[in-house]
Amino acid sequence: MTMLTLATPGSTDRRPEPRAEVAIIEPTRFTVWSKLAELWRYRDLFFFFVWRDIKTRYAQSVLGVGWAVAQPFVTMVVFTVVFGKVAKISSDGRPYAIFSFCGLVPWTYFANTLSDASSSLVKNSAMLGKIYFPRMIMPLTPVLGRLLDFGIAFVMLLGLMLWFRTPPTPAAVLLPFLILMVALTASGLGMFLSALAVQYRDVTYAMGLVVQMLMYAAPVVYPASLVPEPYRMFYALNPMVGAIEGFRATLLGAVTMPWTLIAVSGASAVVILAAGAFYFTAKEPVFADVV
Amino acid sequence: MAEFAIRAEGLSKRYRIGVQETGRNTLGGVVIDVVRQPMTNLRRLRRLTRFRPGADEPDVIWALKGVSFEIKPGESVGIIGGNGAGKSTLLKILSRITSPTSGRALVCGRVSSLLEVGTGFHPELSGRENVYLNGAILGMTREEIRSKFDEIVEFSDVGKFIDTPVKRYSSGMRLRLAFSVAAHLEPEILMVDEVLAVGDIRFQKKCLSKMDDVAREGRTVLYVAHNMPAIARLCTRAILLDGGRVVQDGPAAEVISTYLNSGLGTSAAREWPDPATAPSGEIVRLRAVRVRNDQGEVTETVDIRRPVRVEMEYDVLKGGYIVLPNMHFFNEEGIYAFGAQDLDPEWRGRRRPPGRYVSTVWIPGNLLSEGMLFVDANMNTLEPFIFQFQCRSAVAFHVVDSLDGDSSRGDWTGPMHCVVRPMFKWTTRYLPQPATVPAGGRLA
Repeated sequence: MTMLTLATPGSTDRRPEPRAEVAIIEPTRFTVWSKLAELWRYRDLFFFFVWRDIKTRYAQSVLGVGWAVAQPFVTMVVFTVVFGKVAKISSDGRPYAIFSFCGLVPWTYFANTLSDASSSLVKNSAMLGKIYFPRMIMPLTPVLGRLLDFGIAFVMLLGLMLWFRTPPTPAAVLLPFLILMVALTASGLGMFLSALAVQYRDVTYAMGLVVQMLMYAAPVVYPASLVPEPYRMFYALNPMVGAIEGFRATLLGAVTMPWTLIAVSGASAVVILAAGAFYFTAKEPVFADVV
Repeated sequence: MAEFAIRAEGLSKRYRIGVQETGRNTLGGVVIDVVRQPMTNLRRLRRLTRFRPGADEPDVIWALKGVSFEIKPGESVGIIGGNGAGKSTLLKILSRITSPTSGRALVCGRVSSLLEVGTGFHPELSGRENVYLNGAILGMTREEIRSKFDEIVEFSDVGKFIDTPVKRYSSGMRLRLAFSVAAHLEPEILMVDEVLAVGDIRFQKKCLSKMDDVAREGRTVLYVAHNMPAIARLCTRAILLDGGRVVQDGPAAEVISTYLNSGLGTSAAREWPDPATAPSGEIVRLRAVRVRNDQGEVTETVDIRRPVRVEMEYDVLKGGYIVLPNMHFFNEEGIYAFGAQDLDPEWRGRRRPPGRYVSTVWIPGNLLSEGMLFVDANMNTLEPFIFQFQCRSAVAFHVVDSLDGDSSRGDWTGPMHCVVRPMFKWTTRYLPQPATVPAGGRLA
């Protein structure tokens, strides 16, 4: 079952290879590499799923895509009152509002992607039993689909930076890399959790709690500088630590660029992605039977 | 081109089905069960994917066991068999939805499998958007869909509603649009699982003729269905499965007749001597369904002019319910001809004591059309409505026409494609002054 061949010689179809090959259906395990190659062949379908995700997310709502801004914005206001004014948590010398919003933009993208991804296979279980496509498409769809929300919230962040007169640093060119780090982490965890949820529905129920816990394990409401120095390397194993601190360093210039944190977080993100992909591929053959 | 389109070599598939859980009835027992539930749940869920090698576990079933066959390019093959014979599992393996436990299959050519129409349809998206989405799901590229888009819309009759969200469509419109997308696939191998037994009459005919075209164009078709007449028409060859094994593989007509006569398939009488396998609910269990002629003999063939009766024999297991036996009659094209529910005044609306009952529907002569009729035997209770069972195609019988001139066809000897053929009273009057009606005009 390692190959997919739907080739028609001479057809204008560009997905299949232009050779009449034989697809072998066997009980062997797949390899991650063959799955990735297959994912590439199914890129048209992947595109349609992302498009459907974006198109239907805010269907029949009044605010529509405004929710992409409302969610982090309202959270920011609440955090500013509770953590900034009442608890007086340090914000690295920047106004707490912009400090927390800068963390909330990548965080919201991560959290929403993760909860969408983890329920993706279960929600589309009817499709899993009726049609074949690389299953990996499902948890990866929100990783791309939620980028739109992220983009809109990011524009809002730029507006807020203008308002508070905090110009970005030249290191802001590294932002795509930081966003990639978040996307890889969300992909890895998303694949792992969605595959787990196929067999154990507990994942779906636990997601709200998990996302909340993860938020406090990342420097969203507080700066990483509050974590004692000796523990900071372990702390950075959470890729969101490097990403959010990186966001704050590049956009707000509140701290110097935390290269070590970013390096540790980046390595951790790659490991999470690989582990998620391997787990997903190993579990994929039984999805249709178990879900 | 390879010398085969599909070759299956000893395909087997193992499933684990849920085991009956043993619950306790005492309050203390229930509390203990609730506390221990997470552990038992974990064990149960883990078992779904774990199989002990060699062990003979009670809740493991082999949906397929050593299935081998070879299909040449251009052949159209019907897969038939009773419920649980492994037909759908076979199709799922060949279309790569699930992988086999052992054995392998080689598939040569571009495959489209239709296990359902409208997979992935999203209610919030418009008809147009769903055509693109569904096309992509079924394996078409964007360019392919774009080039066939107008054809698809025309075939579906959805027309001006194409930009309306699908959630505002009637179920018939949604179905027609979904099928149109599927019908415009151009695979080398088409695998279809009984998706045609839906839609209105006109659309069903359209679908069947589209399937005919696909088969005639020299593509390979694998068709799973309960609809024997459709298989007989579309397929040259049939494979009969029972208990996950190939029982017979040969010319369609021969295999269908084996199936219909073996008791595996639908015949004029069906009995369930073993209560464990009988269609059943909590309150009523089916025992038998039989077709009898006006002499009371069980028969497969019925004269179109003679009355016929279909009886359901069942046990009411729990007393105190209003029980409503009912039957649905389908013709060979899968069209729902009519339904009937028990109207016997003696039991109508009465709560029944437990025991054995036989309910019979008496169908008069000169009502049915010629051809096969398939009967679903269903049961539910009323007040409250509790579904009991639905036994699809429980029995079937063949209605044979007469050419003696005393049926509703009178002296007409050509085909009559109607669902029922009641005999009506006719009168014809001669009007002595036809000149008042202009030529080609209508009588007011």
